[in-house]
Amino acid sequence: MAARISYDEVEIGTELPACSFPVTRADLVRYAGASGDFNPIHWNEKFAKGVGLPDVIAHGMFTMAEAARVVTDWVGDPGAVAEYGVRFTRPVVVPNDDKGAVIEVTAKVAAKDDERRTVRVDLVVKSEGQKVLGMSRAVVRLA
Amino acid sequence: MALDQSFVGRTYPATDPYEVGREKIREFAEAIGDTNPVYTDPEAAKALGHPDVIAPPTFVFSVTYRAAGAVVSDPQLGLDYSRVVHGDQKFAYARPVRAGDRLTVVSTIESIKSLAGNDVLTVRGEVRDEHGEHVVTAHTTLVARAAEEA
Repeated sequence: MAARISYDEVEIGTELPACSFPVTRADLVRYAGASGDFNPIHWNEKFAKGVGLPDVIAHGMFTMAEAARVVTDWVGDPGAVAEYGVRFTRPVVVPNDDKGAVIEVTAKVAAKDDERRTVRVDLVVKSEGQKVLGMSRAVVRLA
Repeated sequence: MALDQSFVGRTYPATDPYEVGREKIREFAEAIGDTNPVYTDPEAAKALGHPDVIAPPTFVFSVTYRAAGAVVSDPQLGLDYSRVVHGDQKFAYARPVRAGDRLTVVSTIESIKSLAGNDVLTVRGEVRDEHGEHVVTAHTTLVARAAEEA
């Protein structure tokens, strides 16, 4: 493990660099193939609307993966992530145009554990101005 | 109909090994748009102290979710999969998943709750490598929405 962030330099309230992740239909098709999750709600508009969704929605695990990048880009070594959890509270709706949707992620250090030299990072993950993940937290081992 | 509480604690047999390949990790990293070289370049991974390229944190879900399929499709449990949505997902890592791992998963039903008519099922997936060492534990909560009144 080689976190490039030093535990001693981080304070409760430290903000991680925020990031926005665009997501298009093509991204969802690619993610379906890579992950093996071919649920048609993630690529078939007719099917998605048939089960009561407003449109095709992103895989929850895709959103979870994008949000993690704010943490792994900050710490440098993704192997420093000790715990990561989210609640899927609202779908990311992805329209069939060349813009798609945007997942916006902000994060800050919410707790420090001196014994384990870990910090808990709380993430806020939004799309269209509304939270799409809840209880989104990562515990990271720092140098 | 509410799920049977007596299934809490039920453990399913270990899965056949899933062999983690470098190219599968690369494909996954590209699919999430993550260009961190630790996912694709063995030398970059070694520079961070890893024996080979590692996988992004959520990669292992593909492995644990397939294993949880044994629970979801258990006819005795009787979960209505057509009504299932993913509620929560958590991972606790002993180390990152890496290329060359041969991972097996043992799934256990950790809890069954009924909330506002919905069945809420939490499955724990313990992931071990070919040496029997713990790699990661995944907690997956599935919510089966209540059936509409006929």
